[in-house]
Amino acid sequence: MDPRSDVRMERLIGGILRVGVAAATGLVLCGEALHLARQGGARPDFGSLGASVPGLAGMARVALEHPGRGLVELGLLVLVATPVARVAFSVLAFAVRRDWTYVVVTLVVLALLGLGLAAAPEGEARPAQPASAAAMSARTSSRSAAASRGP
Amino acid sequence: MTLLSLSLLVWLGSLLAGMVGALTGLGGGVVVVPLLALAFHVNLRYAAGASLLSVIATSSGAAAAYVREGWSNVRLGMLLEVATTLGALAGASTAALVPTRAVAVIFGALLLLAAAGSLRRPPTGPDVAGPPDRLAGVLRLGGTYPSPTGPVAYGVRRVPGGFALMLLAGWLSGLLGVGSGALKVTAMDDVMRVPFKVSTTTSNFMIGVTAAASAGVYLARGWVEPRLAAPVVLGVLPGALLGARLLPRMRSRTLRAVFAVAVAALGWEMILRGFTRRL
Repeated sequence: MDPRSDVRMERLIGGILRVGVAAATGLVLCGEALHLARQGGARPDFGSLGASVPGLAGMARVALEHPGRGLVELGLLVLVATPVARVAFSVLAFAVRRDWTYVVVTLVVLALLGLGLAAAPEGEARPAQPASAAAMSARTSSRSAAASRGP
Repeated sequence: MTLLSLSLLVWLGSLLAGMVGALTGLGGGVVVVPLLALAFHVNLRYAAGASLLSVIATSSGAAAAYVREGWSNVRLGMLLEVATTLGALAGASTAALVPTRAVAVIFGALLLLAAAGSLRRPPTGPDVAGPPDRLAGVLRLGGTYPSPTGPVAYGVRRVPGGFALMLLAGWLSGLLGVGSGALKVTAMDDVMRVPFKVSTTTSNFMIGVTAAASAGVYLARGWVEPRLAAPVVLGVLPGALLGARLLPRMRSRTLRAVFAVAVAALGWEMILRGFTRRL
């Protein structure tokens, strides 16, 4: 194995992480400033669940109403995507060096990360209920169902 | 309280939490979750969700520096990330089934353990690499770290044991919304006998991926509240950077004792609240 290619790969990974975190915090900072300037007087209750909207589709809906909050959400997504991008890049880096064992290892990690993002929203994630009933309750009252699960 | 004043207070608290997290080596998440829950009466799911994002930010920021210096072991980190992401998904899924009060009690117990551990941690002995595992050989887990006299080679031992501990670290990360850095370092340093600085930097490198796996589940569930996560991320990140700067000048035993007592107090309070339903 060529140790120099290891170092080059590590430098590139470092660069990805740096850029991702910088972009994410920039977006969050701008969005938060915008949101506080417009909605700073609101009195939201974070003591129980139900203040936020589950899922990527829900987030997109809220983002259209409140651009500041939308920017924050975009920044948070970039933040979550940063380590994912790092792992995805590592697949390529291992493949270039024909290190197939680690290509497979890294692909497994990448798949697990994708599995997390594909998780069901709260209302649908109840194993005790039959699937159809859970889906129905999620459709009709996902927000109140989420709130009732608070302490 | 209005959103503006709440955000400013949460930001200040997160700045402090990031600093204390870096100074104690526990990480910002371990301090920021109880802070949000106890001082601001934030739901534990939201506290954990916000904390996970701050964990990604600090870990990725710090890892960027270490990876470039050649300290982290990328192959070892990637292999163990299979365990931590798997554990994290299990933990984040368990979180939906466990009542928040139980989560509070587990969190409190972990804080008490961490406080005791931070007092007891002996200075690291010489890096006795010993003969590497056969499995470590097959997977080419050994590496080198930079030293003034050139790269120094080291081996890796007890891979299955380390892997199992990493599953636990991931599970705790997903359940509690922390990075579980201390447990990761224990797994690599004490079990796999990797040199201490390689353990800490590789752990840092892994924490972001572990937290991203949990954060995915938290995002999908609606447990990431952007109005809370924003001040937490913006506070913990600079706090952790500041803490890392101060660390070399703050190695006194008294300071470590003060932090240990503070962490233990947080843990005790979490357990109490968990049992008395005031959460």
